[in-house]
Amino acid sequence: MPPVTNLETHSHDVVVIGAGGAGLRAAIEAKAAGLSVGLVCKSLLGKAHTVMAEGGVAAALGNVADADSWQVHFRDTMAGGKYLNNARMAQLHAMEAPARVNELERWGAVFDRTPDGRILQRPFGGHSHARLAHVGDRTGLEMIRTLQDRAVAAGIDVYMEATITRLITGRAGATAAFGYWRATGSPILFRAKAIVLATGGIGKAYEVTSNSWEYSGDGHALAYEAGAELIDMEFVQFHPTGMVWPPGVRGLLVTEAVRGEGGILRNKDGERFMWKYLPDERRGEYAATDEEATRWVTALSEGRRTDARRPPELSTRDNVARAIYTEVKEGRGTPHGGVYLDISYLPPEHVRRKLPSMYEQFKELADVDITKGPMEVGPTTHYVMGGIRVEPDSGATTVPGLFAAGECAGGMHGANRLGGNSLSDLLVFGARAGAGATSHAINQPSGEAGFPHVDPVNVREATRELAAPLERVSGDDPYAIQRDLQATMQSLVGIFRVQADLDEALTQLAALRERGQRVQVAGGRSFNPGWDLAFELRNLITVSEAIARSARQRTESRGAHSRLDHPETDDARWGGLNSVVARAEDGTMAVSTSSLPTVPDELRALLGTAH
Amino acid sequence: MDTAHLRVFRGEPNEPGRYEEFDVPVEEGMVVLDALHWVQGHAAPDLAVRWNCKAAKCGSCSAEVDGRPRLTCKTRLSDFDLDQPITVEPMRAFPLIRDLVTDVSWNYAVNATIEPFKPPDDVPQSEWRWQQEDIERVQEYRKCIECFLCQDVCHVLRNHETERPFMGPRFLVRAAGLEMHPLDQADRREYLKDAGGIGYCNITKCCTEVCPEHIKITDNAIIPLKERVADEFYDPIQIVWRTLRGRRPGSAAGAELPVLPTGPGGTSDGGSS
Amino acid sequence: MTTIRTPWKPPGTARTGLFATNRRDRWWIAPGVQGILFTTLAGYLFFSGIVWTPLFGTAYEVDGYLSPLFSPLIAPGWLPAFISPGLLILWIPLGFRATCYYYRKAYYRFYFADPPGCAVGEPTIHKRYAMESRLPFILQNFHRFFLYLAFVPLFFLWVDAVGSLFPEGRVRLGLGSVIFFVNVVLLMGFSMSCNSLRHLAGGRLDCFSCTRRERAQHSVWQRLTALNRHHMAWAWVSFISVSLADVYVRLLALGVITDPAIRF
Ligand SMILES: Cc1cc2nc3c(=O)[nH]c(=O)nc-3n(C[C@H](O)[C@H](O)[C@H](O)COP(=O)(O)OP(=O)(O)OC[C@H]3O[C@@H](n4cnc5c(N)ncnc54)[C@H](O)[C@@H]3O)c2cc1C
Ligand code: SF4
Ligand code: SF4
Ligand code: FES
Ligand code: FES
Repeated sequence: MPPVTNLETHSHDVVVIGAGGAGLRAAIEAKAAGLSVGLVCKSLLGKAHTVMAEGGVAAALGNVADADSWQVHFRDTMAGGKYLNNARMAQLHAMEAPARVNELERWGAVFDRTPDGRILQRPFGGHSHARLAHVGDRTGLEMIRTLQDRAVAAGIDVYMEATITRLITGRAGATAAFGYWRATGSPILFRAKAIVLATGGIGKAYEVTSNSWEYSGDGHALAYEAGAELIDMEFVQFHPTGMVWPPGVRGLLVTEAVRGEGGILRNKDGERFMWKYLPDERRGEYAATDEEATRWVTALSEGRRTDARRPPELSTRDNVARAIYTEVKEGRGTPHGGVYLDISYLPPEHVRRKLPSMYEQFKELADVDITKGPMEVGPTTHYVMGGIRVEPDSGATTVPGLFAAGECAGGMHGANRLGGNSLSDLLVFGARAGAGATSHAINQPSGEAGFPHVDPVNVREATRELAAPLERVSGDDPYAIQRDLQATMQSLVGIFRVQADLDEALTQLAALRERGQRVQVAGGRSFNPGWDLAFELRNLITVSEAIARSARQRTESRGAHSRLDHPETDDARWGGLNSVVARAEDGTMAVSTSSLPTVPDELRALLGTAH
Repeated sequence: MDTAHLRVFRGEPNEPGRYEEFDVPVEEGMVVLDALHWVQGHAAPDLAVRWNCKAAKCGSCSAEVDGRPRLTCKTRLSDFDLDQPITVEPMRAFPLIRDLVTDVSWNYAVNATIEPFKPPDDVPQSEWRWQQEDIERVQEYRKCIECFLCQDVCHVLRNHETERPFMGPRFLVRAAGLEMHPLDQADRREYLKDAGGIGYCNITKCCTEVCPEHIKITDNAIIPLKERVADEFYDPIQIVWRTLRGRRPGSAAGAELPVLPTGPGGTSDGGSS
Repeated sequence: MTTIRTPWKPPGTARTGLFATNRRDRWWIAPGVQGILFTTLAGYLFFSGIVWTPLFGTAYEVDGYLSPLFSPLIAPGWLPAFISPGLLILWIPLGFRATCYYYRKAYYRFYFADPPGCAVGEPTIHKRYAMESRLPFILQNFHRFFLYLAFVPLFFLWVDAVGSLFPEGRVRLGLGSVIFFVNVVLLMGFSMSCNSLRHLAGGRLDCFSCTRRERAQHSVWQRLTALNRHHMAWAWVSFISVSLADVYVRLLALGVITDPAIRF
């Protein structure tokens, strides 16, 4: 029953916002429980970011390395996250990832095989063993297609190209999601007993990013405005290897699989600089010499086991990104401001088979044949570790009836995410959030009575807000604001941060917010990208502010967060503390900290002595 | 600096539509999508265009550039003679939404009619074993990024009225991936022949020409499927043979499955964990 | 599963009418050239194989060289003079090529303009369309039977090629034999690269590694696939080589040229 007359209204037990890996997996879970499920996404189905993931999905299947187990995976994840991860999440993730990956195979995914006919796994930065199940370098495509086909066959109602602009809340918590059809611009309301947010990341706040226009932090901002807490927002992952040339593709991802297959990083003098940047406490895990690294690569490409240790390029992402940034900053970069990544010393056949889409990407977009010469790469904004605070087991946020999973949820990855841990995160916590939403929905009275009351006043306000940018007769151009926002974030809240920059960023963000409230959009309602951008800007600015405030608060360097004015990791002051962002009573953004839950002894034992 | 002259289709359904001209400054390595973004950012903020990845991975940015169906994020301006205007128009086989955006929802409706992957229910997954060579074919089909360029260019969908609907090359590719999956138990041949209308394809290969993933759609997916349909419906010898052998037509049962007990020789250390 | 219905595609906005397109490249060159070449060769072969003999006699066999169009030569006494013996055999390669997936593509494009080129408009009479889902074109599904049959003349062409080395019991290495061997190899390549053969020999399997037998079929399939990639090339070169072989034999038979040969 529409709370407001003449408003297109759909009612589902569970509404999932976002149709990437996390959203699809959540929807499948809820549908399997027999609920009516609506799945909303702002692009076409199957185009979400998950489709772009290349390298693989991390799961301790142990098909390649017998020694692998969930315990080792757990330990790697915690170490990669600089022990800021929620240990329960890291544990669930490591324990359940293998089952989730196997499930994909049961649903029709076709992973690459080991010689004995099982799912093949490849090594990746920060993982102790070859752990990433993959399909060449298009793992995300395989995953999203499998989930999408499964969801469609299960009879989930999909609303494609519908953007959610507001969560409607009431006494019962989250009660509905309001948005519009992009094709027509007409408003649409989804009533639900439980809502799952799975909207992905925030990369569009930065100039150089591997992310698409969709990554405007919608879920983060929607949840924040609905009263949920965001945690760890200062941790934005800069992927070490994005394309730097030509300008049109600046930031486009060069998968870590290139290094996983043996890619070597060199500066303009031909120096293999990663040797210099290995952190002392983990040096023992890496090869000691070029020769040992080569032995490791050879064994890998021949599918043999080896006792050689992995090459230094497979250090964690934060570390490699900083190394590249430093090399370039100190004048040892390539002409286009990157470093060289070279895989051309391997047989061309092998490179083309293992990295087909990288081969294509460089060939088509940069005229570089990666089997013949090196690529030029540099850091690019890639992933946000921070996100909506969720209950580990159920994905419940601090707002009743609102759940979150995937990149928009926080806690799992701590201060730095390991490659391949996102796809598995989507599956594990997508399913869990789906189950959480299901049990919340089932606990409501069945049928119409179970739907919480939707406040028509809120809905009307959302409708007005929707039309506003089109009705203004003068105002700022959204594209211009976006360019300025990206410049601010790129230069002031980038890989290396200092207090003064962050203060300046906050001042600029306040001004941008002002301008953002006055955006004016040309054209009509039908498929108008400027209009889309008007709402995304609001979200981007909220998220950017959360990043800057959290970064300003954390006076230490940890994982992906590097403060030039506080270069040390300060465990005494900051160990075990999450930054928390929430809306204060007066509507301003309040930032604080909260302690991580205590780690149970049996998990603590896995982490070894230090932690 | 060089300039590219873009002629971009603008318009909505129920109006004739028009071409607007834009002069776009060219940077090295620029693709058509970059040029369209420049237009959005500087000249026509409401220009409707779909895109996501900008890396030929998502299949959103399909359009027709100088009359040829292309991914605009992969079509480089340097491939064109910049003295001539470059025409960009929406995919023509689908109804228009606005400017370069078309309504492709029909494709999703077709997809929903294909019977999904059906593994055997009597073999536990722990015993599945298959080799890279068993799935190389299937992996080719699964490279599809659903750009629908093949659907757009296929003359059956673009130009013709048919007695029954035609599913189009994209979904023949999907069906091929399912039919040739070493473990799939479903039989979609009757569906392909009747509901899917595989007979409408006259193998003229335009789909293969445009596929940005270089899937050999016609040779590797459609023709093998036509042959499989022929096995079932147009091969009297096989039909008689099947009848004599008493095998229910259309049943895939009896085929060898790649599972551990009868698996390949290389499983010496199978089941070790 | 027969109750499943695929939905109808809503109409798009493509321009209609023959050759309607916004393409600016010279898309018509390939079908144009192919169409002319094909018509010329097919016309010649028709004339040579069917028309010539009733009108001008048997200039298709000379000195141990038998034109490939007439092999195996079946010319029973009861065959009326107005029927060329080629007719008794030519229907096999004709049917084989007419139903070949590559030739279908080629002639649907250049003869039927269905479509004349990719994203190029078709004549409006094509609007109603059934193609290979109805008679007559549904018969294309019988391609595999022509494939089986095609191995019969192919076998005899090998016999002829080898036989041409030993006319009247003596060894002769003539240019004609070279042409015959080249021709039969190319024809063999064409047949072996056939899509139906590729399917029947292994492509129809879902599992390539399950049994020893399937592994063997897989390696056959891989080889045929390698040949199949160039099926179009095989189609053209063998088409040309057959024509040239026939021309050569006729020129010999008519005494226009002599066969350069080493005799032992
Ligand atoms: C180039 C690239 C390569 C990567 N490679 C790997 C890898 O190899 N391994 C790995 O583990 N991870 C990888 N990642 C990270 C991983 O792909 C992402 O973190 C993950 O896919 C996020 O999934 P998701 O389900 O959370 O969100 P997404 O897949 O991004 O889905 C977000 C969904 O939310 C919808 N949405 C957003 N806002 C709204 C709104 N307002 N209204 C309605 N719908 C909305 C979108 O339309 C979309 O459907 C990679 C990322 C990138 C960019
Ligand atoms: S080969 Fe068949 S499916 Fe492909 S474009 Fe031609 S008619 Fe359509
Ligand atoms: S088969 Fe190729 S052209 Fe067709 S939708 Fe898939 S990727 Fe696009
Ligand atoms: S934008 Fe993704 S394919 Fe072009
Ligand atoms: S496909 Fe051309 S001969 Fe069979």
